Order: sequence, then structure tokens, then C-alpha cells
Amino acid sequence: MTSQSKIQIKDLNLFYADKQALFDINVEVMEKQVLALIGPSGCGKSSFLRCINRMNDSVEGIRIHGKVLIDKKDIYDKSIDVVSLRTRVGMVFQKPNPFPKSIYDNVAYGPRIHHLFETKAELDYVVEKSLRRAGLWEEVKDRLEHPGTGLSGGQQQRLCIARAIAVNPEIILMDEPCSALDPIATAKVEELIDELREKYTIIIVTHNLQQAARVSQQTAFFHLGRLVEAGETGEIFTNPQDGRTQGYITGRFG
Amino acid sequence: MTKQLQLLRKRNRSETRFRLYGLWTIVVVLTLLGLMLVSIGIRGSSVFQKAFFHVEIEFAQKDIPYDPLHPQESLRKVNFRELIYNSIQHPDTLQRNHIQQLISPGAEIMLYNRVLKKPDMIGGKYFVWIQASDDVDYFLKHPEIKNKPALERRLSDAQMDYLSEQAAIGTLKRKFNWQFFTNGDSRSPELAGIKAALVGSFFTILVTLMLAFPLGIAAAVYIEEFAPRNRFVRFIELNINNLASVPSIVFGLLGLMVFINVMGMPRSSSIVGGLTLAMMIMPTIFIATRSALHTVPKTISRAAEALGASRVQVVFHHKVPLALPGILTGTILGVARALGESAALLMIGMVAFVVDAPTSPRDPATVLPVQIFNWARNPEQGFEDHTAAAIMVLLLFLMVMNVGAIYIRKKFEHRW
Amino acid sequence: MAINGIGFELVFFATSLMVVISVVIALGLITPSNHTFLKSFSARNLTSISIVVLLSSILPQFYFLYNEKESFVRWGWVFLISVGLSVILWIIYNRTHFRTRRRVVENIVRGFLLFAAVLAVFITFAIAFSLIYEAVKFFQFVPIMDFLVGTRWSPSAVGDNGLGHFGAVPLFAGTFLITGIAMLIAIPAGLMSAIYLSCYANNRTRDVVKPLLELLAGIPTVVYGFFALVAISPLLQTLGQSVGLPIAAESALGVGIVMGFMIIPYVASLSDDMVSSVPKVLKEGSLALGATYSETIKQVIVPAAFPGIMASFLLAMSRAVGETMIVVMAAGYSARMTFNPLEAVTTVTVQIVSLLTGDQEFSSPKTLAAFALGLMLLLITLTLNMIAMRIVRHYREKYD
Repeated sequence: MTSQSKIQIKDLNLFYADKQALFDINVEVMEKQVLALIGPSGCGKSSFLRCINRMNDSVEGIRIHGKVLIDKKDIYDKSIDVVSLRTRVGMVFQKPNPFPKSIYDNVAYGPRIHHLFETKAELDYVVEKSLRRAGLWEEVKDRLEHPGTGLSGGQQQRLCIARAIAVNPEIILMDEPCSALDPIATAKVEELIDELREKYTIIIVTHNLQQAARVSQQTAFFHLGRLVEAGETGEIFTNPQDGRTQGYITGRFG
Repeated sequence: MTKQLQLLRKRNRSETRFRLYGLWTIVVVLTLLGLMLVSIGIRGSSVFQKAFFHVEIEFAQKDIPYDPLHPQESLRKVNFRELIYNSIQHPDTLQRNHIQQLISPGAEIMLYNRVLKKPDMIGGKYFVWIQASDDVDYFLKHPEIKNKPALERRLSDAQMDYLSEQAAIGTLKRKFNWQFFTNGDSRSPELAGIKAALVGSFFTILVTLMLAFPLGIAAAVYIEEFAPRNRFVRFIELNINNLASVPSIVFGLLGLMVFINVMGMPRSSSIVGGLTLAMMIMPTIFIATRSALHTVPKTISRAAEALGASRVQVVFHHKVPLALPGILTGTILGVARALGESAALLMIGMVAFVVDAPTSPRDPATVLPVQIFNWARNPEQGFEDHTAAAIMVLLLFLMVMNVGAIYIRKKFEHRW
Repeated sequence: MAINGIGFELVFFATSLMVVISVVIALGLITPSNHTFLKSFSARNLTSISIVVLLSSILPQFYFLYNEKESFVRWGWVFLISVGLSVILWIIYNRTHFRTRRRVVENIVRGFLLFAAVLAVFITFAIAFSLIYEAVKFFQFVPIMDFLVGTRWSPSAVGDNGLGHFGAVPLFAGTFLITGIAMLIAIPAGLMSAIYLSCYANNRTRDVVKPLLELLAGIPTVVYGFFALVAISPLLQTLGQSVGLPIAAESALGVGIVMGFMIIPYVASLSDDMVSSVPKVLKEGSLALGATYSETIKQVIVPAAFPGIMASFLLAMSRAVGETMIVVMAAGYSARMTFNPLEAVTTVTVQIVSLLTGDQEFSSPKTLAAFALGLMLLLITLTLNMIAMRIVRHYREKYD
């Protein structure tokens, strides 16, 4: 199966007030693949990720130059509505952040605000499907009315993933989704990411190189706001072209 | 797809609406605030300038039977009005009578005070500025009333001609109304001033500060730094936090009961007022001090402890000095609150009509906010402007204090 | 009953003592070297401190000497006591070892601190005691049930028992009517401005608007009273006339509007704190799902901050119930049982003021009634405040 290009980023520059955080980023993401962003802390991975669903818009003093094309359309174009963009591009955060509502309401939140259903039965179905796909259904099906904040960390993170896929996005952004989780919960989330690849294009920021190697097909290495190298995950890990990439992967810095 | 698009448009509209509600609320609230301040400013500013006539008055010996042994009694008998009237020259007797009506009754008292202060004026002829009536003042501010029909204005054509003529040669002028700051309360608006209230406020705040400042800080330092964490201390803490929410009128009732009824202190005095307000603002200072102490990092006291400093030394050498800006800010805000307080003081009888400024904290006194309250409910017309002017003075003081507090906070702000 | 005079000297002696202590502390704090302050306490200077104490306790006495000739004798004994105390202090001080001295001084400091803390509790007790004491005396004249459920309030009229009518229900009805109107204004205005400031406004707007809103809380209530009296109430009356509605000059509506305006910052600032303390990740979580800002606010932020927002309403309400000057200046004096906001009503605080201004006898039921009303007022505001503080504490624990 030949993949198609889903996201193209062209000459992306990002400034916080006077400080430039990203320099001329050019990268392409294939449909239904996982792109892992790796690199030392503060190298601009998260800022880059947040450009793709325009979460940076509300940050004061920020300026963005360049193009982010999703399905060949620039998301920074004036005709694009942020709200509808974000229904297409979901996001999972570093720290699990379930709303202080019941498990059911957490998952139903997105479908409700976007009016994605006609009847209660349809909503129930969407919630169940999303929880199943997130691998959480068996664990919580008897306590859907319990608060989402009462779950364990790993369960909370899977709840957040369920919440994100309930609105049926095309792309899911993950900002170090496992950094607050223990190894067992991490394994479950990684498994989940691998399954989700069948339906969604995923970009994941991670500090964990093994994780990047395990879950991703493509990898991009960021350093000091620049994209140093991007390509097939296997290539990057076994045969990096750039010295900095090699240094990072072999643990000489990072 | 079009349905989704419509929905999206609807959601975006509701977003814009919500945002505008918020903006609109703030604009309305701030506009109201501005209107309130501006309307007070407009009303009040007319008090600071008053019309004065420049006339030459003969202080003839025969008219002023001055007795150096009883200066006040002897001068009180003098008919100063006659002296003023005599100084006005106009060929027509009827016109003269009309012109005499343009002079404020306060002019006599001015002359009385002047002669009382400088008895050697008697026998001479001097130019003095004497106060004109409110109508003259109004005419100088709004000369266009000339064009109104005669029945709708309070001055006759002849009077207005006279005034214009005097104004042209400079013997009628609007001058700064010092009397507003140098007189006490009075029954007639041109003479009423805020001096007594200012002095009363000063004494009251002095007593308040002397008590509330050390006690509030000491209580906070004890609770924050020395007290064991037991039930009694939590009880004290809860108590003080609750005290902060007690309505001021209840503090007034307490002051009435304890200081006046039980201790027998003089009613209406600034010392009772000060004690009452001290109880009221102590919790404010307490809370500010506690939170200021709380923000000083633990590492600093650990460092001092490691050098062998005792608890008292740690607290007074390191923590209190570092917390001082916060403490001072809290104190200033507390004192500002005390300065604007009136309800509690009504309870202890500080509504008295006070003409002479108090000379000690035990004299009957009034304070600025209560003076405002008294003037506000006085039905006489001129007092409304006086109320506004007094409010301006009060707000000026409060603004200075608040700016001071902000300055201290900004200047000494530590970021840990 | 009155311990005439003695209270005076005691108070002044105590205050001057405290002033000296605070001056010494302040001096110690502003001197650059860290040790100066300690030295002034422990090394060799206690003598000079006792002299300062002595002087400062005597100085106020000169004041009385100057003002009241007959207080010379009293001044004499205060002087003697001051001298005696200082001499004793000095002797004790010079006979102790410096470590002991330091311990002694520190114990004195601790003692003073504890004393101040206990005094704060004492104030609460004094309030409770004096209100309850007088209220109990009042209930000997008027049965407590008549006071609590009686619907007729006219303290000056002479009823069957030779007393006025002291049924407090109309007063509470009036108080809550005005408070209700005030809350109707303050809740939406305060909440919306808090939401706008913490969610929409940029930093510059916030820096300008927030102090301005706080200014509202800093303006003395007597100013609002004046504003209600000369601006809002006449305006309402004119408006009413133009549409044929009879609006009383002292209508509850006018007072309520101004009071609502006054308590906006109480709602706004605490709500703002509560809204801002909702974790940022929750907000981003909702935005990332494609919710608009207002949907996020209404469905995630406000529900999460709801307890805190409730607490801010309760605190603002307690403010409004106890507010005195606005109602004294612009509300009515005669008690009327009505819930029509266009009519004049009276409030608890107005009645306390009108019962206590002018000449009073401490045994007359009219005076005592004021204390009974004060007690009720205290109970209401304390209850509101305790509930609010409990909510806030739970809320803070949840997100910290």
C-alpha cells in the first residue's frame, strides 16, 4: 500500500515575542503512519506539535510564518475555522487531563458540542465504540457514571485518547502521552497507538527513544529549534546521516 | 455537510456574542464608575472656587468698640454688615440695596475673624476680598444666563450689569475658597468647611494605627511562626479570619458597649472611634502579614537556623524584614478602609455637629466620611456641592494611600 | 458601672508601650546590619529602652495634663508606676547573665506576641458577649418569638404592653429584598467580567481593568450612598414617571442597584482567582477537541470552578447584608412588608442606626433592640462566611 501525503509543513518559523523558537521546518507526514518527534528538551518539539492544530493561537506575542498544509490546504489560511480544524486534528496531552465529569460525559463531550448524533442511543454507541477502541471499555463499562478523575493514571490517559477519537478526527497529536505513566500503562498506550494507526495519522512527541522506535514508521529529530533530520524510523536509528542525530541516539547528549 | 457548516456558523456566532457580553459588562461597569466620579467631580469642583468682591472698608473706631480684655464679646456686638454696606458706593439707593444683596452673610464672619486676629486694623481703611453670594458665583460661571427671561433667573438686569462692570475692572473675581479647608461645619453652605472633620480623622486614624499595627503584626507573627499546631491556635486563626467579615456596624455596637458604656470614655471622641476602627482593621493587617510571611521561602529560615539563630532571631532578622513590603501594603489598605469608614462611627455618636476642630483625641469629633454623610442628608441646596467636594478630598487621600501601596508592592516585590 | 478614667490611662499606657516596641522593631529592621536590632535588645541597651518606655508612657499624660487640670493626680500615679517599672526592669536586667538575658528578652517577645493573638480572640468574645448580653436583656421586654416572627416593626409606637412593636420580619424581608436586587446585578456582572478578564483579555487590558475594578471596592460606601441619593434614585423616579410607574424616592430598586454595583469586585476578584486556578490542561483539552472558547468556559471551566464561584457569591452576599451607609442614606426608615422593588423598604442596619442615633438610655428596649438586631446580623454574616471559607478550602485542596 502506497501512503499518501497527509500533512506538509513548509518553511515554518515560530517566534515568541523576540525569541525565535522554530527555524525553517520542512517535513511531510504520510497518511495512516506514525511520525515520532524526538530531540532534547526545549528543542521546539511541543511548539511544533501545537502549530498543527493551532493551539498556539491563544499564546500572547506569538508569530508564525510559513505553511502547514493538511490535505493540501493551509490551516493558517483565513478561510479556515480553528474549531473545525481541531475536530479534524485531535490532541492528547502530556499529563492526563480528564474533565471533572463522569467517564461517560468525558467521552461524550466532543460529540455533544459538535452535534455528531441524533439520538441518545447513537451517543451511547459513539461512547462505547471510542472506549472500546481505546481499550478501556472492559475496565469501565460498569462505572460510566463515576468521575473520570477517579481512574488510575494510565486509564485516565486512555480515557483522554477515547475522548479525542470520539469526534472522529483524521489526525491525532500526542505530546509525550506516556511521560506521566508507569511502564505497564505505557505498554498499553503504545499498543493502542499501534492499533490506532489503522485509522488515524498520528504525530507523537517523545523523550523515549525506544518508544519512538517501537511505535513509529517515521522519525524526525529536532535540535535547538531546527529540524535536523527526518526519515524512515529504521534509517534514522540505524544509519543517521547527521552527526547530531547520531550523538543524540547513542546517548552522547540529550 | 451544509448542515455541519450551518452549525459551525451558529457556534461561532454564539462565541462572538459571549465574548461581547463580557466586554460589554466591563465597559458598562467602568462607564458607571467613570460617571459617578465625573459627576462628583463636577459638583464638587464648584466649591473650590468662590466669587469675591474687592472692596475698601473703613474700620472706624466709632463703629468698633474693641475691648482688649474681652475681644470676642466686644467684637460680636459690632455690625460688620453695616461696614460692608457702607463701603459700596452707588448713587441710586434702590440699586445700592440690590447690590448689597449680592454679598454673602459669610463676609461678616470673615471680617470678624480678621479683626479678631489683627486688632490694630481698627481705625484704618483697608482693601479686602469679601465673599459674594452663591448667585454671583453662578453668574460668573454661566454668564449666558443674561439672555434668559427675567423671571427665570435670580439676578436683575441692573445687578448683572453691575457685576459685569466689577468683573471687568477686576474688583470681582473667583478665587480659591480657602474657607472650605479652614472652617469647621456650619449651618450655611458658603461657610461650611472640612477642617474639623480632617483633624478628627487624623486623631482617629492615629489611634487606630497605634493599636492595630503592632497588634495585628504581632498576632500574625505568633500564629505563623511560633504557635504550635493545636486546636487552640486553629481556633484563634478561624476567629481572626471570621472577624474580617463581620459588618462594620457590629464593631460599632461593640465600641458603644465596651468603651462608652462599660469603660465610660467620652462619647463622640476620636479615641473611641480609633479603638473601634482598630478592632475592625486588625484582621486585615493580620491576614496581610500572615500571607506575606508565608511567601518567604523556608530555605532562608533554615539557613539562619543552621547558623544557630534562635527562633525569635530567625523571625525578626530574616522573615519579618523580607515580609515587610507585604505587611506595609496590607496596613495601608487597612488604614484606607478605616479612613473611609462611617457606619461604625455612627454607632459611637460621631455624628455630632462639630464646628471647632478637636484639640485632643478625647474631644467630640467627627471624621471626613461622617461629615459627608451629614452634609448629604442636609436638605439645603448648597450642601450637595459641599458633599461632593468633601468626597473629592476623601477620595484624594484614599488614592494617595492606594498608589503608595501599589508603589511599595511593585518596588519591593520579590519573586521567589 | 463605668470605671471612668482608669480605662483611659490603661489604654494609653498600653498603646504607648506597643508603639515603642514597634518603633524599636522598625528601627532594628531598617538598620542595615543584621545584628543591630538584636543588640538593641540583648547586649546592653535595655536601659535605654526602659527610658524610652518611661518617656513614651508619660508623654501622653502631658496631653491630659494640658487639657484637663484635675487629672494631675492621676498623671502622678501613672508617672510613679512607670518610673517604678523601669527601675525594676533595669535592676533585673543588670543582674542577669547575657544568655539568660537573651532568653528573658525572647520570652518577653513571645509573651507579647501571644498576648496580641489572644487579644484578637478576645475581640470576638467581646462582640459575642456584648451582643448576647444586651439581646438577652431585650428579650426580657419582648418575647423572643415576637421578635423573630412578628410582622410589625414600629419601636416608637405604644402598644398594649406599653412598648413599641418589635417584629423583625419586615426588616429582614427588606434586607433580603435589597440584597437580592444587588446580587441580581453583581452576579452576572462580576462573573462575566471575571471570565472576560481571565479568559479573553490580553495582559495589557487586564493590567488596566483589574485595578479599576478593585477601585470599586476601595471607594467608601458613603460615596455610593451619596450617588444613590442624588443620582440613581431620582433618575429612577423620573424614568418611572415617564412610563407612568410610581417609583418611591427611596425605592429598594435604586438602593439595590447601587449596592450591586458596589459588590461587583467582591464577586469578580474571587471568581477570577477561582477561574484562573482551574488547571490550564483542562482548558487546552477542551479546545483541542474543537470546542469554542465560550463552550470551554461554560462546560469545563465554570463547572470546575463552580464551588469557588459559589463561595464568592456568598461572601458578596454577606457584604451586602451587613452594608450600612448606602441603605441609611438612600433606603426608607419605616418598616413595610413588601417584595415590590419599587417601594421603599427598610433594613436591619438602617434600624440599628436609627435606634441608636440621638440620645440613648442603655436600659430602654429601643436601644436594646439594636443589639438584638446586631446579633442576628452577626449570625447571618458569620454563617455565610463560614460556609464560603469551607468551600474555598476544599476547592483549593482539590487543585493544589
